[in-house]
Amino acid sequence: MKNSSLSESLIVPLLQGQKVNHCLHSCHFSLSPIAAHSHVIFHLCLCSAEFPDLRKHNNCMASNLTPAIYAKLCDRATPNGFTLDEAIQTGVDNPGHPFIKTVGMVAGDEESYEVFAELLDPVIKERHNGYDPRVMKHPTDLDSSKIQSGQFDERYVLSSRVRTGRSIRGLSLPPACTRAERREVERVVVDALSGLKGDLTGKYYSLTQMTEKEQQQLIDDHFLFDKPVSPLLTCAGMARDWPDARGIWHNIEKTFLIWVNEEDHTRVISMEKGGNMKRVFERFCRGLKEVERLIQERGWEFMWNERLGYVLTCPSNLGTGLRAGVHVKLPLLSKDPRFSKILDNLRLQKRGTGGVDTAAVGGVFDISNLDRLGQSEVQLVQTVVDGVNYLIECEKRLERGQDIKVPPPIKLSK
Amino acid sequence: MTKNCHNDYKMKFSRDDEYPDLTQHNNHMAKVLSKEIYDKLRSKSTPSGFTVDDVIQTGVDNPGHPFIMTVGCVAGDEESYEVFKDLLDPIISDRHGGYKPTDKHKTDLNFENLKGGDDLDPNYVLSSRVRTGRSIKGFTLPPHNSRGERRAIQNLSIEALASLEGEFKGKYYPLDGMTDAEQEQLIADHFLFDKPVSPLLTCAGMARDWPDARGIWHNDNKTFLVWVNEEDHLRVISMQKGGNMKEVFRRFCVGLQKIEEIFKKHNHGFMWNEHLGYILTCPSNLGTGLRGGVHVKLPKLSTHAKFEEILTRLRLQKRGTGGVDTASVGGVFDISNADRLGSSEVDQVQLVVDGVKLMVEMEKKLEKGESIDGMIPAQK
Repeated sequence: MKNSSLSESLIVPLLQGQKVNHCLHSCHFSLSPIAAHSHVIFHLCLCSAEFPDLRKHNNCMASNLTPAIYAKLCDRATPNGFTLDEAIQTGVDNPGHPFIKTVGMVAGDEESYEVFAELLDPVIKERHNGYDPRVMKHPTDLDSSKIQSGQFDERYVLSSRVRTGRSIRGLSLPPACTRAERREVERVVVDALSGLKGDLTGKYYSLTQMTEKEQQQLIDDHFLFDKPVSPLLTCAGMARDWPDARGIWHNIEKTFLIWVNEEDHTRVISMEKGGNMKRVFERFCRGLKEVERLIQERGWEFMWNERLGYVLTCPSNLGTGLRAGVHVKLPLLSKDPRFSKILDNLRLQKRGTGGVDTAAVGGVFDISNLDRLGQSEVQLVQTVVDGVNYLIECEKRLERGQDIKVPPPIKLSK
Repeated sequence: MTKNCHNDYKMKFSRDDEYPDLTQHNNHMAKVLSKEIYDKLRSKSTPSGFTVDDVIQTGVDNPGHPFIMTVGCVAGDEESYEVFKDLLDPIISDRHGGYKPTDKHKTDLNFENLKGGDDLDPNYVLSSRVRTGRSIKGFTLPPHNSRGERRAIQNLSIEALASLEGEFKGKYYPLDGMTDAEQEQLIADHFLFDKPVSPLLTCAGMARDWPDARGIWHNDNKTFLVWVNEEDHLRVISMQKGGNMKEVFRRFCVGLQKIEEIFKKHNHGFMWNEHLGYILTCPSNLGTGLRGGVHVKLPKLSTHAKFEEILTRLRLQKRGTGGVDTASVGGVFDISNADRLGSSEVDQVQLVVDGVKLMVEMEKKLEKGESIDGMIPAQK
């Protein structure tokens, strides 16, 4: 991207009193103070020379980042020093897939969502079905007693699971956190979890300190998480310093699990074999509230606000950050050409039983909610409950040789 | 990249809380970086904003291998070698045979000073190659540079290379602009470089924005090749089939000097100083940045008990024919100079020429069933 005008030689003093040479060529040095700071961002070239080449890209960031927005935001940084280039790096490095639209950017801290709102708001709107953070409010509801018919037919549903993430306010997020911050997250969370009692009593296994035996057990339980290999995550800087300050906590019963410092400060998972989604969600809500109480006792809190709900690293996880799902046997329905449409209308998504980016095995699918922001936890879990019950009904009908109907699309309440 | 205010924010935390856990690590950085050195350097940053954490990130993320000692750190700009000298000088010393902070490095790109090198037996020496890197003054290095800088480097490089004539007349192929046919030809010629997959490089930030402003230039004869914005600003390679290392080195020196003249005209000469020679991203490539080598058939010698010792004494190293971290195939080895800093280009290529000549003679002796004990050289 050549700057068409040659600039004159010009020495521009830096705030620190240093001099900068000029390039008698296609770019010139520019210095622009950050809006909120006394520190200088050292830009060797014009913003137009810095604008990424997004012509082959298909992600939400690339769809929304214009040169005008870039020019406006490129000199800003959050109070902790996180910049636009850092936020979008993962989307620049990973052009995406013609069929799958990734988000293409991350937040480095809570303030990113404010400082880079001009870009993040349209990205959020696109990703979350038109949710407009400038005018809308996100409902939070962790009252599990409201769930109806939350027990599935266990001839079909093999397991039930609800996960979310939580960030500790005041500490930077995984793309930007320093080693000290990451260790602080670990200290705060592990300390709080040691206060859990009853069916939530458990133990923390640090990735750097666990014994081989513990590691093997965690692998057998399918609890152990690995260093991220996906370039979507590594290009965002989330695997730095691995495995420092990473770990896994779980209760003795192995039904409540917390990942520390993986893709978010914490990922909280409630699960069990079988189809009792109501109980899974009850434990989820109770556990989350307990953990919140315990960190508040120590002077900390979760990142949350009215406009975005729970604040997490990836804009796709804002709001509830909630994915509630089941492993369910649908061998006949999954072969029906209307399967995708049925899922779409029920606001559900399918994945293979290895999780995102895996294939289904033996007609068993991971079915979960599509949405995250704009509806509460209770609403989303109810959507999954109703939807999965419908899918099971379809499967049974097909077993009996009866026809099935594509349900009308669920209206997204705003 | 803006690290100044991020670094100030980091200073809120204690040294002990920020100091990396290097207990599982085996690389040069981990051996040198004490808490005291970390404490001294953590508040600093170069004028462009590169910090000690940026320098060491690749070494923190890649603990290393029990047998191979990686460097574990990179420079983000020319000033890194000054600002972080308390860390980098001891690493340079460890990596480059005790090279001291007060030592001076000799640069000699006068190809006429090379003796011989035109008579390596082509029945054994299949190909000859000399490569080095060059950094363009006034820009930050691949771990740190912005898209704008990388593009400016590409533009300057295209201009410089487009002005070359005669044996150096050639063409530039940008990575994101080449046709399928061009790509296939470059692959067939073994010229095309890929997006780095080694975590040693990706953790240092060198693959950012790929393939923006990356490309390959080569002359029409396919004997002189320049990589733009891969692991260094420029990698310059002269090569040809057969054993005429003298000719390869001549073309290398002449081509480099022509390119350098053009960059200098634009006030963007190569980064160089009399202590560290040519400044490159990885401290292992300081000095000459030169790897001069051959692909040579040594099926018998390579299985001889003294092979490693012979290489060490000749100041040479072996690699497989796929380059670093590959195995040899069919007894063919990539043999090149081990040194980079503290001896000149001519010195290093001379070692390769003399050493390979000797090893081919040893191979011939072994073929005849004779002993090579009398030929084992003294330590050079």
